Amino acid sequence: MNATPPKVFDNVPSPFCGIASDDLRIAVDGLAIRVLENGDPVTRAGFEVPVTDTTPRIGGKPAGLEQAIQHAAGLLKKAYLPVFSGFGSDVNETRAALSLIESCRGVFDQLKAPAGLRNLLVLSDSGWMTTTLAELKNRVDVLVVFGADIETAFPRFFERFIWVEETLFGADTSQREIIFIGQAPGGKAAHSPDGRPPKVLPCAPAELPQVAAALSALAGGARLQAESVGGIATSDLQAVVDRLKAAQYGVVTWAAGQLDFDHAELTVQQLCKAVVALNKDTRCAGLPLGGQNGDRTASQVAAWITGYPTRISYARGYPEYDPLHNEATKLLAQGEADVLCWVSSLSCTAPPVTSVPTVVIGRSGICLEQEPEVYIPVGVPGIDFPGHIYRCDSVVALPLYQLRQSDLPRAARVLQAIEQALESL
Amino acid sequence: MLTKLTGGKVYDPAHGINGEVRDIFVRDGRIVAHHQADGESPDQEFDCRGKVIMAGAIDMHTHIGGGKVTIARNLLPEDHRGDPVARSGPMRAGAGYVAPSTLTAGYRYAEMGYTAGFEPAVLPINARQAHMEMADTPLMDVGGYAMLGSDDFFLRLMSSGAEQEVINDYVAWTIHSSQCIGIKVVNPGGISAFKFNQRKLDLDENHRYYGVTPRGILQSLARAVHELGVPHPLHVHGCNLGVPGNLDTTLNTITGIEGLPMHLTHIQFHSYGTEGDRKFSSGAAQIAEAINSNPNITADVGQILFGQTVTASGDSMMQYANHAHAHPNKWVCMDIECDAGCGVVPFKYKDQNFVNALQWCIGLEIFLLVEDPWRIFLTTDHPNGAPFTSYPHLIRLLMDKSFRNDMLSTINVDSAALSTLASIDREYSLYEIAIMTRAGAARILGLHDRGHLGAGAAADITVYTEQDDKEAMFTTPDYVFKDGELVVKNGQVIKVVWGNLHTIRPEFDRASIERRLKPYFDRYLTMKMDNFIIRDWEIEDDGRSKIMVHPCRGQA
Repeated sequence: MNATPPKVFDNVPSPFCGIASDDLRIAVDGLAIRVLENGDPVTRAGFEVPVTDTTPRIGGKPAGLEQAIQHAAGLLKKAYLPVFSGFGSDVNETRAALSLIESCRGVFDQLKAPAGLRNLLVLSDSGWMTTTLAELKNRVDVLVVFGADIETAFPRFFERFIWVEETLFGADTSQREIIFIGQAPGGKAAHSPDGRPPKVLPCAPAELPQVAAALSALAGGARLQAESVGGIATSDLQAVVDRLKAAQYGVVTWAAGQLDFDHAELTVQQLCKAVVALNKDTRCAGLPLGGQNGDRTASQVAAWITGYPTRISYARGYPEYDPLHNEATKLLAQGEADVLCWVSSLSCTAPPVTSVPTVVIGRSGICLEQEPEVYIPVGVPGIDFPGHIYRCDSVVALPLYQLRQSDLPRAARVLQAIEQALESL
Repeated sequence: MLTKLTGGKVYDPAHGINGEVRDIFVRDGRIVAHHQADGESPDQEFDCRGKVIMAGAIDMHTHIGGGKVTIARNLLPEDHRGDPVARSGPMRAGAGYVAPSTLTAGYRYAEMGYTAGFEPAVLPINARQAHMEMADTPLMDVGGYAMLGSDDFFLRLMSSGAEQEVINDYVAWTIHSSQCIGIKVVNPGGISAFKFNQRKLDLDENHRYYGVTPRGILQSLARAVHELGVPHPLHVHGCNLGVPGNLDTTLNTITGIEGLPMHLTHIQFHSYGTEGDRKFSSGAAQIAEAINSNPNITADVGQILFGQTVTASGDSMMQYANHAHAHPNKWVCMDIECDAGCGVVPFKYKDQNFVNALQWCIGLEIFLLVEDPWRIFLTTDHPNGAPFTSYPHLIRLLMDKSFRNDMLSTINVDSAALSTLASIDREYSLYEIAIMTRAGAARILGLHDRGHLGAGAAADITVYTEQDDKEAMFTTPDYVFKDGELVVKNGQVIKVVWGNLHTIRPEFDRASIERRLKPYFDRYLTMKMDNFIIRDWEIEDDGRSKIMVHPCRGQA
């Protein structure tokens, strides 16, 4: 039992949810963490994971850290095409990983790349007009939520950014209009403080692409012959466009992670086109919501170090971007990759089951569906050591602090050590 | 260890040295006086006979770090595909030409003899990213200018009639919190006005919500910067960027600052008249005259060079206004955190395009008509006018009249006819280039130990072989030293070291301003004030960057 008294920390930033709340009150007792105030299911799930493994393993047997590092380096040295994925990671961890991946001529992918790419492909194809969370908080008068149930992934979104007590411009935020297109929200977070529910234009997920295209056409001034699109009356969609045109600062938001169908980036692109069209006469902006457990962070770092945001191969000695080809699970399934290295310091999601040797550098408490060849449990940035992460709107980076003293190594140091070991093999 | 550079022709304008043959001694990363090395036999000697020696070059306005630079990277994967860089020697792999990865940018700058670069548009809310990207730029000393003037906190202070003292405290607090060395203002009030659907904001026009004018904003911030003793003048990206006729805005901005120090950035983009059939003409002569006769004014040119590039700017208002010119046809515009905004628009400058060709002429006219090389700086506003790798070409244009004429004969003939460039004979000397790219840049930033080769200077040194072809000369230095270490030989990086972060810390009443800021953050923003402030450990903990604090006027 720990003799030192529990400590309480205020204003703790959360690296787990994309909106990066930093007002958490957290109690630390030895290794145990408890969110006392301002938590939500996502942040509690992230902070309160108990420390389980503290000893590395090789082939299921306990091993020293040095040994595990050497063994991992040996695997990478022999590999023809190692693939690295997971990432969720903080800034320094991603820096170290990219250096190692370059050294061993591997591939950088991410668990959440499919969701991220639904936005990134639009960015590189046509660009967009977007806003960030403080602007949303102070300016939004009409919010259109497309194809998402925001509060499931971002439980505090409405509380922190919509139904706020006051804004810089003296708005009565209870008057803010919320319009859901697609699925109706499961909870009541989108209800105004005086009980007004959001407007919902329901449609099946399979219809979302058509509806987005219709919105984009209407926003651009087209007149549609069809009386309904995807089960929604065209006049209802026109009303949304008209409402946004009359708004002072309309925001169209979506969660790419929830647009879980093929070619969803085309749907996102239509939303972005609608937003651009609306800016002809008024102000309107898109707000891509997403980013959990460090996936936006890893992508940002990759972008400035390599030039590309994800799905990067160093097989030829320089970074190559192929969002379709450089997918870890596909390369593994097709027998093109011969080692998997899973780096995940924030998320507990298990790495994929695979028949090739696997190295897992994962936060202590990570789920494992099969015993990897090398397992190195590591600490969590924002809990076991300081670090930095990026918020979902990609502009704001938050500092992360150390809350407890554990002996868990940092993933960044482990990755650096593997690279050094590799160089001397 | 004592290093000797023997027999080179030294250009050190900070000490009035103009091509004198002198030895230079370096010990522990610093240049030491001759008498301190007397009698001692050097451990390392570099034969520099017949070579030109200058301090390492300083780029005082280049977009090398921060959110908008990475947006440009994500916008243009084809730029990277077209320019992959394999791992080589001590250099890691990278990619990109107009928006290179940070590692590649650092190597390329060093290979050209540059040892320092300053990111001019650091949004305080995004300062961490600027610092992270600059920290991942090898071989360069770095620093940033924090953007103010469109942030709601400042505009509220101004419109509520706050005392200058409060504004000074806020400006100082911002410099400290964002770990910067100066203050930048971009389209004063305009980035904010755009969020209120105001599509233009002239110098004396009222912000639709706050009621303040750009003129008032400029006066307020310039006074703050001056009264705080910040060495670098208020760094101004003026109103009406790119608008034909903005020459008048710029002249009025100069008179409007009423004698306070002010630095006008990428002034080429703000020097347009409306004469002629196409209502677009050069205002370079009037702008140069205004700079010449106003000693409180400095400027960097922001020269455009022909080819594909990307414009990345905090000026969301003007970037949106110009988005139809995007080439390729994709672009980004953002409203950011009640702090500022940004716009990223790829652009191709074409020599046969009347406007682009005249822009090229205007930049060169400004360089050649401004008389004081200490008050004009060589920039392309990388990447807005052209990527920084074009500097050697630009230097050649300034030093070689006949080459300049040859280039002039290839551009749109109507543009050439509207320009006075053909009749300007001036050629920059090596001494003047050294002022513009080294001594003057260090002085205007308050960097005491850079940009010169006197005793005590950091040993950031570049050695060139003098050549008639100045582009070749400045492309491939023989040697580049960074803090005394040889890092580049024959234009190739041979060793990688990491540079320092240059900052200032003006005095101010922290308790007083934080009494206003803390509740402001709590009520209106999305992070806590304490988490907004960037602490030293965030910069220094990984052991690469070291924070250097330069004194403000009035400080020891």
